[in-house]
Amino acid sequence: MRERSHHDMGGLPAGPVDRHEHDYAEWERRVDAMCVLVGNKKLVSVDQRRRNIEQLPPEVYDQTAYYEKWVLSLGESLIQRGLITTEELARKMAEVQNRVRG
Amino acid sequence: MSEARYRPGERVRVMKAYPLGHVRTPYYIRGHTGTIERVCGAFPNPEELAQMRDGLPPQPLYRVRFLQKDVWPDYRGSAKDVLEVEIFQHWLEPA
Repeated sequence: MRERSHHDMGGLPAGPVDRHEHDYAEWERRVDAMCVLVGNKKLVSVDQRRRNIEQLPPEVYDQTAYYEKWVLSLGESLIQRGLITTEELARKMAEVQNRVRG
Repeated sequence: MSEARYRPGERVRVMKAYPLGHVRTPYYIRGHTGTIERVCGAFPNPEELAQMRDGLPPQPLYRVRFLQKDVWPDYRGSAKDVLEVEIFQHWLEPA
């Protein structure tokens, strides 16, 4: 068993931190809003979402942006809570993909 | 609410534990000894909240002060520099 979880990287050698501010994309705002909503309704805690982010496979963790991690963990949390099923999520994702492809 | 076991000024050691699941105690501080700076209050246990339980009773949370030179073997700043980490009571033992 590994002692240090992949996300727990405090103190490891790393490059400088990019401190530039940037505008949020519309999808990022939506993900943020959904997380606040399910939090306010006491459906999904921030701790449950953090746990799901921390359990992303290391290569996924490294390759995804901040809000990509949020949306992955939100979907997982909603499934764990029984609010949506994996089948419903898959169906919706296929639907959106088809819409985007036109 | 669980009783606060430590008071400001007391020396504590962070447990050297490596549980699975969501914990708020960073890896780099485990096993180190510091001083209670303040009692922050008591909060539902995030390790339990992460598992979709209520985390009650609330667990005391402390701000613990460590010397930077104690935490990082190659620290080059002042020997008085400190690092403060907020740590829940169940991660601490008397030092």
